[in-house]
This record gives sequence, structure tokens and C-alpha cells, in this order.
Amino acid sequence: MTDIAVHVEGLGKRYRLGAAPASRTAYDAIAAAFRAPFRRLSGNAKPEHIWALKNVTFDLRRGEVLGIIGRNGAGKSTLLKILSRITEPTEGAVDLYGRVSSLLEVGTGFHPELTGRENIFLNGAILGMHRAEIVRKFDEIVAFAEVERFLDTPVKHYSSGMFVRLAFAVAAHLEPEILLVDEVLAVGDAGFQKKCLGKMGDVAREGRTVLFVSHNMSAVLRLCDRVIHLDGGQVVTEGPPAPVVARYLGGSVEQQAVVPLDSLPRGSGLKGRARLISATLLNRERLGAWKLPFGSDLVLEVHVSVLERLPMLELGLAISTVTGFEIASSLSSHSLPPIPRGPGEYAFQITGSELTLAPGTYRLGLGLRTDQYYELEDHLPEALDFEILVSDAAAQWKTDTIRAAVIPKFRFQCANSSGPTMEKGAGNAYGRSPGSGLGGQAPPV
Amino acid sequence: MMHTTGATPVQKMAGEHEDPVIPTIRIRPSRGFVPLRLREVWEYRELLYFLCWRTIKVRYKQTILGGAWAILQPLVTMVVFSVIFGRLVGVPSDGVPYPIFAYAGLLPWQLFAQSLTESGNSLVNNEHLITKVYFPRLVIPASTVLVSLLDFAVAGTVLAGMMVYYRIAPGVGVWALPLLVLQAVCAALGIGLWLSPLNVRYRDIRHVIPFLTQCWLFATPIAYPSSLVPPRWRVLLGLNPMAGVVEGFRWALLGTKADLGGLLALSTLITIGLLVSGAVYFRRMERTFADVL
Repeated sequence: MTDIAVHVEGLGKRYRLGAAPASRTAYDAIAAAFRAPFRRLSGNAKPEHIWALKNVTFDLRRGEVLGIIGRNGAGKSTLLKILSRITEPTEGAVDLYGRVSSLLEVGTGFHPELTGRENIFLNGAILGMHRAEIVRKFDEIVAFAEVERFLDTPVKHYSSGMFVRLAFAVAAHLEPEILLVDEVLAVGDAGFQKKCLGKMGDVAREGRTVLFVSHNMSAVLRLCDRVIHLDGGQVVTEGPPAPVVARYLGGSVEQQAVVPLDSLPRGSGLKGRARLISATLLNRERLGAWKLPFGSDLVLEVHVSVLERLPMLELGLAISTVTGFEIASSLSSHSLPPIPRGPGEYAFQITGSELTLAPGTYRLGLGLRTDQYYELEDHLPEALDFEILVSDAAAQWKTDTIRAAVIPKFRFQCANSSGPTMEKGAGNAYGRSPGSGLGGQAPPV
Repeated sequence: MMHTTGATPVQKMAGEHEDPVIPTIRIRPSRGFVPLRLREVWEYRELLYFLCWRTIKVRYKQTILGGAWAILQPLVTMVVFSVIFGRLVGVPSDGVPYPIFAYAGLLPWQLFAQSLTESGNSLVNNEHLITKVYFPRLVIPASTVLVSLLDFAVAGTVLAGMMVYYRIAPGVGVWALPLLVLQAVCAALGIGLWLSPLNVRYRDIRHVIPFLTQCWLFATPIAYPSSLVPPRWRVLLGLNPMAGVVEGFRWALLGTKADLGGLLALSTLITIGLLVSGAVYFRRMERTFADVL
């Protein structure tokens, strides 16, 4: 019995749709009451209800870290709000065995006019810490937040980074037996996010029970023992992180498997003697149409139709971020000799080895050209979108703490350069040019 | 990593916390009568303290006069009353100089009006806390009342100064003063507990409150003595809990003669009724706060 920290059974929460926020003033309420009989006539009698959460049941063992994932509106936040006693369930029961702290945002109750020191005490009290406890941990909190010099400055003069660091530092020093956390890690710069994740990991290792709601799949994979996928307020799947996350990410198919490039609108100024017909993702390890895990190859097939005999045909591709910044491109002539092409259909297979694009959405552009003046026969700068998904490999590479879009393979070596003795092998290579570490060649693939 | 080490922390936990009593929180949908759970409010007294402290710290930031505002408000009102009602209209003042007569009434009134206004708006003003953190919500209106008590103490020094100036010694009834203060606070809190949940649902309340306090000010014998009210209207006066408090204040501090017994008994009953019903209503509405805010 004492092995269970959180017991949730048949939990449901119903909201009234539309009506509640609208009747914010008494006038509205009275007006609505007068309109009610007429509304009944128009057949719109019952107020509309929506179940934000329905029949959710699960147990959380002591010391377990449970991740809750799901799209926006899946009921994650509602669940967390019920567990943290901010709102009441409509039906069902929850039992929490132990001291509970919930962290629905960082910096709750921070007052801009108060100093950093004052806010630590205020925020600590709001989060349920006792004064003595705050005093005891004060130095630790300040050190973690790295704001020693600004302790007596009102926080309205803080940079947003400092503010967030201080707010998280207070929260991170709570010592509950059960910790409920919502997406608070989505704040601050990459370095601080990493620190927060590290702190979360510590909390988990100390044997506290954690319920963690997040969109950050990489963090979920790294921190959680078990994951629940919510959709439409109900539990869809529950189990070990990797398969649940993979199913969740693969679940939403938007792009067709075979993209009909032929029917896409084109810009002007194209010669049109050759035309892009279709594109297909051939990857073996894909997780759905145009979704592939981080670190895998990118294998595509592009069908091209040639209408006239051409002296040569070159296919080019470009990958850009969704914001339009081009980050990689390649041409068929890099690996194919420029041979003349007669009319007909051609299938190009393109393989990008071990693509180290950071998890996220990217845009693939395709183009066809023929002669040395590089006039375009066909061009689709936004042919299709594809997604790189978080995987175990991504979790290993801590991709969530890296801001760059491309994470190429570098080899780092380290030798002790303080003494005369050097380790065998590594010493030579490194000793010659210590400054060129980043340029070190990639390991053979 | 978590899978393999999963079992170890469990044992460690059990070792660290040998306390057999694990605090258990049960969450169920509430139906019908909701217990007040005042003990829990007491457990959160540190938060109560910090909320008061925050309000006081922040209130007079970027003001020139700062804490003097707590004195200025009743003082200026007293001057206006003295000129208009004391001089021009010639309202009787139960045998004491009109300025001190008015101020002794304004002082508890200010406490009441401020407590009522602040507690009535308190939930809406602390929306960001209510939607993000759990704590007994009663702490919020309660903290605003405590802050008003501090202002009351500050403004009270002026009354002490005036008593010295007019050479008036407090009567034997001075011991009743804390009880009268308590009554003013309880009455204000009771109304605040009714108004603040209503304010969450209907923001009209925010606009009703200033209007309410203004009307209530003139329904209370502050600018005039209750002896001016015809006897057959006295019972009606007694329905206003502040009537007893204000007359009681003058009786305790200035030694005015008034037939207080019946007035105070009635207003005490009404105060208790307001407070208890307010607390029950507040707790009943509490579950919807986070959803409506």
C-alpha cells in the first residue's frame, strides 16, 4: 500500500463550453436568462459541456517518474491542476500519499517591485515552504540562480534570463515527496535549460515521485520511467517511454507518403522542359510519412519527367528551416556524371547519410536545371515538409540542449597537457595542433 | 537510466522517512456542505504573513508621501466633515468637539471600509496565484483585513494626539475597544467573503463596492450622532453592524453617553451571521474559482 504515491481513479473534469466565460458580468447573466426561452425555441436548449478529462485511471509508485504527453488540449494541464488541487474534479478520486508540491509555472507570485531577496521568501512561502526552510536553503538558491550581485535590486530591473533563473532556483529547492511539474523547462536559454533538466534528474534520482507534463520529448525520454499519452482527455497509451513517445509522434500524419509535386503551383520564369512529378520517403526506420528519427539516413525517391532531349539534367535539393533559412543543399552532379537525357520518366534515389539535423520540422526544396547557364527547368523551393523526431539517439546527444539546427559528428579528444608524459596514441595527434580541435576529422562512417 | 535504478530509491525513501504517518491528500468532487477547514488556514499562517508583508512593502512604492496616506485619508475626511457638518450645518456632536467626534467615527469606519473593499477585490487581484498554486483560499481575504488593521493602528495615533489636544481622557469603557475593532473587522470580512466570490463570477462587483461603501458611510452615525435618529428608526440603525461599532468607539474613548446595549447586541448578532454565512458561501464557491478566473 505504501508503495503507491499517487492513486488516480476514474478521474473526470467537465467544463461548460462557451457559457462560463461569457457571463462575466451580471448584466450578461440576466440577459442570458431572458434569452433562454427563445434559445430553447431555436433548438439550442442544453448548455454544451466538454469533458476535458474522462475516466483517467493510473497509479504512480513511490520514486517513479511519470511523463504525461499529448497535444494541446489533450487534458494534460487539467490533470495537473486537479492533482495540485487548483481545481476540483467533476468525478473520480485522487489519493496522494506524501507532501505535494506543484510547479505549474516558474515565478508564481513574484512581484516586480520587490528585490530578489524578498521575492525568494515570498515565492518560497507561496510554494509552501516554511520560513526556516527558506532561510536554510537561501544561499543554495542564490548560488543556483547566479544572482548574488543583484539580490537587493528589484526584480523589475532583472533581465528576463535572470528572472527565470531566480524563479526556477526557488522552485528547484522544494523538497516534496511528490512533485508535479508542468513544462517549466521551456524557459531560459539552452544552458539554463540543461541545468534545469539536470536538477530534475537529481530530484528523480533522490527517489522522489515526479509527475512531469511536457512537450519536450527528449526530456521525457531521458527523465521518465513511464509515459502516459493523453488524447481527448483519455489515456491512449501507457508504458515505457520510447515506444509510447514514438507512437505519439508517429500518430499524426499530415503529409501524404507520395507527395504529388506535379500538381503544386510553380513560380514564373521556368523553362519547363523537365518537370518534378513526385517525391517519396524510402527510409526503413521512418515513423510515419515524412517523419524519421534523429540520426538516421534520409532516403528519397524523386520522379522526374523529361519532355525534350536535354544535354544534361541536374537535380538539386535544399533543406531549410521552417523560418526559411537554408542549412544544407546538394546537387546530383556531385555524385552523378552529367549525361544527356532523352524524353521519358526518370527516378532519382537520393541518400543523405546519417543526417544530424536536430529534431524539428524542415522544408525540402527541389529544382531541375540543364545547361551551363543554370536556367531552371523546374523549381519548388517548398516542395514538402519533413520532420526529424526525437529518438534514443537524440536523448543521448542531448539535442534538446543544443540550439543549432545541424549537429554534425565531431570527434573530441582530450590529453593531459600539463605534464611531459603523454598518453599513447592520443597525445601525438592532439599535441601538434591543440587549437584545431573542432576541425578534427569525423570518424569513418 | 531510470529503469535500472528504479528499485533503489524506493528503499532509500522508506529508510529516510520512517515516520509512519504519511500525509495523505484525498481529492474528491465536493457536494453539498463544504467543511471550513480552518485548521488548514492556520497551517498556512506563514503565507498569510508573507501576503500581508508583500502588500505593505509594495503599496507605497513610488509614492512621495508613503505611509502618510494611511493618516491623510481619515484626516482630510474629518476636516471636510468638520467644516460642512460641524460648522455650516451645525450637527450636534454629543457634547464633544465636532472634529474629534467625527474622527473617532471615521477611524473604525476606515478600517471597515478598507477591509471590505480590499477583501472584496482580493480574489480577482490575486488571480495569478489562484490559478497556479494551491493553498486555502481564505488566506487571501484574511490577509487584506490584516493589512487594514495596520493602517488602522497608524491612523489611530492621530486620534491619540487629538485626545491630548482636546484634553479628553478615555472612559472606563476603553477595555471594550479591542472587541469593537474585532467586530468591525469581522463584519467587513463577512461581507468580503460574500463579495469576493461574486466578484470572481461577476466583475460588476468591483464597481459596486465603492458605491456600497459610500452609501454605507452615510447610513452609519459618523457625521452625526445616533441620538439624532428618531427612536422608531433605531432598530433599523442596529441592523447596520457599524452603527454599534462607531457609537461604541465614541463611548469607549470620548465618554459620550449613548444607549448602547441593544444596539451592540443586535449588531454583534448580525456580524456573526455575516461572518459564518460568508465563510460557508466562500468555501462553497471556492472550487470554481480557478475555472472562472
